Amino acid sequence: MSNITRDQFDVLVVGGGPAGLAAATCAAECGRHVGVVDDNPALGGQIWRGEVGKAASEAVDWYARLRAAGANVLCGARVFHQPEPEVLLAEAPDGPLELKYKKLILATGARERFLPFPGWTLPNVMGAGGLQALVKSGLPIAGKRVVVAGSGPLLLAVAAYLRQHGAEIPIICEQASWGSLVGFSLALLRQPQKVRQGFALRKQLAGISFAASSWPVSARGERAVEEVVISQSGKNKTVPCDYLACGFHLVPNSELAALLGCRLRDDLVQVDDYQQTSVAGIFCAGEPTGIGGLELSLVEGRIAGLAAGGSAPAAKPLFAEREKLRKFARVLDRTFSLRAELRGLPLPETIVCRCEDVTCSRLAQHTSWRAAKLQTRCGMGPCQARVCGPATGFLFGWAQDSIRPPIFPTRFENLITFSPEAERSEITGGRG
Amino acid sequence: MPEPITVTVNGTSLAVPGGATVAVAIVLAGAACRKSVTGETRGPLCGMGICYECRAVINGQLHCRSCQIICQPGMEVRTDE
Repeated sequence: MSNITRDQFDVLVVGGGPAGLAAATCAAECGRHVGVVDDNPALGGQIWRGEVGKAASEAVDWYARLRAAGANVLCGARVFHQPEPEVLLAEAPDGPLELKYKKLILATGARERFLPFPGWTLPNVMGAGGLQALVKSGLPIAGKRVVVAGSGPLLLAVAAYLRQHGAEIPIICEQASWGSLVGFSLALLRQPQKVRQGFALRKQLAGISFAASSWPVSARGERAVEEVVISQSGKNKTVPCDYLACGFHLVPNSELAALLGCRLRDDLVQVDDYQQTSVAGIFCAGEPTGIGGLELSLVEGRIAGLAAGGSAPAAKPLFAEREKLRKFARVLDRTFSLRAELRGLPLPETIVCRCEDVTCSRLAQHTSWRAAKLQTRCGMGPCQARVCGPATGFLFGWAQDSIRPPIFPTRFENLITFSPEAERSEITGGRG
Repeated sequence: MPEPITVTVNGTSLAVPGGATVAVAIVLAGAACRKSVTGETRGPLCGMGICYECRAVINGQLHCRSCQIICQPGMEVRTDE
């Protein structure tokens, strides 16, 4: 049995992306003993993946500030359970961690929304952010043809990044219409920072064809994807490729918040002005409170960190900036909401739940998530519905009704090493 | 740029860029990661440890998420192809 490592913090932050980094830094700068726990091999989240050693990056400035403030960093450790109030358990390579806290900040980020279509389970059909993460993790992409498809501003960022690393991008397919994209561009004009980013992107993407109202209809190939059929302005067109990078905007990682009893609405964690959830002492910052991007995550993280660190008044001056960025988040939601035609993408034999290989036709026989789960095992595999949950939510309108620990699959020994406080004192105190 | 390191995927040695994840090594080796419950071959999807499609056997340990683990010299990786 592996030994459990115990640690306790004034403020524990779950997630080391921009929101978590900002939160941990600000809480530590208030003089608190702070820990940051993150599943990934390094801090930075997805957007700053692989930027630890790079110069002249905003990420590097945050890492330096975090270090100077003396926060403890626990990478490669994934939180899977809350065995009792103010304690979380995490799985780490050298055994489980028991992390006690007085205040907790959830900065668990977002994941891509995947929608099923014929061929989407073929190797080299990946998320847009998924492929980018692999390239950031060392995958050479020079000379490869990558079709980028789905929805959301991430598609443009990914296409620019891949091209910069030598990939050829035959086309970017965005399911949103030109009409909604124009509204988005107008909203961008009110955000000087975003305008600068927009111009930079436009330069990096020059010459790449971009299709609105366009989406992948099917992916085909022998051992891996070789071509993609795309729908563009109502016509189908076949595009040869080495990779299909496809994600339909983002969905929040709100499972841990749900497990801890925090109030959610439409999967979004509800917070007050100080980023505190409905559970006293538990804060939430970044994408789980609403998909809003880097700048909103940073400002929410700073507010949560100051509030949890005991300097709530210092957070007040940041409210105005947060409100401006939240307006932009609402525009994002409107612009990249999914069109109804995408519900018709999976054929009856198309797999929807990739862990348990449950097809669309088997799911269509059921009227609720619970019934589908019980009858087909949909959502009961290792990803625990993180992929098929949002997909069936969109395809069938099903809401997931419960969350149970462990929220990630974990090794059996990690579940049995924890002994509750009461039991421990009984053991040490003896009987009678 | 960090020095390349050597790992073994399904018995074949290959050099990967230093700092690369095991998922990258598997893709570079031309292998898929796992066989699904109905026998489809699968490769990485989310690239960030959520989807579990990139599971592989690393140094004898089953069900490792290869996209979240950095290659170490001499690492032995087996996929379920």
